[in-house]
Amino acid sequence: MFGTYLYRELSNRRKQTTIIAAGMALAIALVMIVSGVAAGVRDAQGSVLASIYGVGTDITVTQEPEQPAEGEAGQGQGQGPSRFEFGAEEGDSADGTTALAQSQLTSGAGSTTFDATALTAAAGLDDVAAATATLTLSNVSFSGEIPTGDAAAAEGAAPGAEPGTGEAGRGPDGAGGSSFSVDTFSVTGIDVAGESVGPLTSVGLVDGRAFETTDAGTNVVVLDSGYATTSELSVGDTVEIGGEEFDIIGTVSSTSSDSTTASNTYIPLDTAQRISGLEDQISTVYVQAASSTEITAVQASLQTALPDATVKTQEDLASSVSGSLSTASDLVGKLGTWLSIIVLAAAFLISVLLTTSGVARRTREFGTLKAIGWSNGAVVRQVAGESLVQGAIGGVVGVAVGLLGILAINIAAPVLSASAAATTAVGGGAGPGGRNGRFGDAATTTAAATTDIALQIPVTLGIIGIAVALAILGGLIAGAFGGWRAARLRPAEALRSAA
Amino acid sequence: MYELSELTKTYETKRGVVSALNKVTLSIPTGQMVAIQGPTGGGKSTLLQMLGALERPTSGAVTLGDDELSKMPDSRLAEIRARTIGFVFQGFNLIPTLTAQENVETALAPLGLSNTERQRRATEALEKVGLAERLTHHPSELSGGQQQRVAIARALVKEPKVLLADEPTGNLDEQTRDEIMDLLEGLWRDEGLTLIIVTHDSAVAKRAERRLQLKHGAVTEKK
Repeated sequence: MFGTYLYRELSNRRKQTTIIAAGMALAIALVMIVSGVAAGVRDAQGSVLASIYGVGTDITVTQEPEQPAEGEAGQGQGQGPSRFEFGAEEGDSADGTTALAQSQLTSGAGSTTFDATALTAAAGLDDVAAATATLTLSNVSFSGEIPTGDAAAAEGAAPGAEPGTGEAGRGPDGAGGSSFSVDTFSVTGIDVAGESVGPLTSVGLVDGRAFETTDAGTNVVVLDSGYATTSELSVGDTVEIGGEEFDIIGTVSSTSSDSTTASNTYIPLDTAQRISGLEDQISTVYVQAASSTEITAVQASLQTALPDATVKTQEDLASSVSGSLSTASDLVGKLGTWLSIIVLAAAFLISVLLTTSGVARRTREFGTLKAIGWSNGAVVRQVAGESLVQGAIGGVVGVAVGLLGILAINIAAPVLSASAAATTAVGGGAGPGGRNGRFGDAATTTAAATTDIALQIPVTLGIIGIAVALAILGGLIAGAFGGWRAARLRPAEALRSAA
Repeated sequence: MYELSELTKTYETKRGVVSALNKVTLSIPTGQMVAIQGPTGGGKSTLLQMLGALERPTSGAVTLGDDELSKMPDSRLAEIRARTIGFVFQGFNLIPTLTAQENVETALAPLGLSNTERQRRATEALEKVGLAERLTHHPSELSGGQQQRVAIARALVKEPKVLLADEPTGNLDEQTRDEIMDLLEGLWRDEGLTLIIVTHDSAVAKRAERRLQLKHGAVTEKK
């Protein structure tokens, strides 16, 4: 009887059923799409972050640079802008022109290094599955030509004349001028022991080989494949880093997205420390928690153990992602969520109002049923059952519409650009052959991994489950209100009101 | 057998307390056909609701057989209505979305019968009231007389001991009224029911074995 009555009611009161189901379907579809987009944006953010911090990294530990004390230059331990100084006899002179070249390896402006004991402290904490450290550096190379000083003086340049204003025919342009270039690329010293966290966990080998344990302390380098291509370098070549020659043993590219990797070059950590003069110094510790539920606890432990450090989880790091991906994230997080809540609340309200008004309209019907022996429970079950089925119809239609919406978005695959600042600042140049500039101008900007990511919304059972649960919840709420109203009807009053 | 003892029912209204039944004491033997007449607002429908366990008295007692209705919980009253008492209403009170057969089946739903048994008994009840050809018709597809026959079938399908009819012919023309009364009277004789009819219509009341007059909440025998 329950099923027959329910079917007859829903099929004969199609307008009400359609309105409730349509409202519910709209809300469910919207919730699905917003949840899906949020998941897609999270995945994209994770992809961007993975390209920098590696796969599996839950927490990073860095240290903010301190404000230099009055009178200090702020360049200690390789920090601050690079400054190239040449002695009077340096350089190769020929035809009134002196060629100068110098290379420096620094930790770069806007970043700082800290003692490597932080890694030991982090690795020793409870619930830390793995930890590794990197030293992120910036290699700045100066090369240029200036007029030879003694030549200019010997040929009668006036005392007090501006530099480079000597006799015509001196200097690289033949008119007493100068020419120089500053090239910058990022260098990351990594632990070649191969921990399961860190920047190289999100890269794949393109050519050559990866680091081996025996590479520790040696002058070998692995290049980002994009950097290698633009610099016309390949495996077997050499590259100068910090004034020393390095053998290129491999090239890598990011596996987490189509972005470049976090650094232009990778060298063994101990080598990086030696040639930069930053012995026992590191710039970032990458920590993997034993489980996702322990991340907050590990973060707290790290902060306690390393009070001067900046400890960030992936969630914190997500806020460093900028670009249209960040805008999408904000849009989904704010407008999308509120829109979903409002539409869902409106759908629930419509469902409740139509159900309760339906009960009021059917007062005589329910009064009659009670008069012929139906219990309160049976009447409530009937009302609640009708609401649940209306909610379920809305849920099924909503899931279908939501899936179509997600499919449409996935086919359209809107491209979002994203960039995330790397934990440690490095130089501002793009590689050899980069910009010309003044002395000390390099190493003043922060490197970032920038990428275009096509938004793909994952369809998970979780999202469908949420949609179905919301539809059932909507039906239950409407059914509860309608059932409550029906239960309160006394048969005599119901029949009297009908009369 | 119904026993009513000092039965009083009052209602609180904005204008004060209204007395619908005033210390009514009455006995209705099993199998009797009783007509209750009286002016509008005289308490006829209230009395029928007391007899049908739809309403509780303010004071006094209503006993049906061994059951004291005024002291029973709602769930037990629903059970008595489901098994013992049948109702026929002036406005038929059929569910518009259900067919004639399904409307009759609603009376059997509380009894927990199988689908097959429920359908069989509903079909038989409709055959008994002359609607064998109208099983799948909806109320809107039936005349007033046919709708009342469906309502009578619904009341009788559970084989009650008591049939309470509130103005069962109030919405029908004379010819249909007589057909319905013939049907009710025949069923009363055949089934051994206690039939209590509230009516304004003297022609209907005259068919009853016993006629009661209800005026200002008080019952008198009418000859």
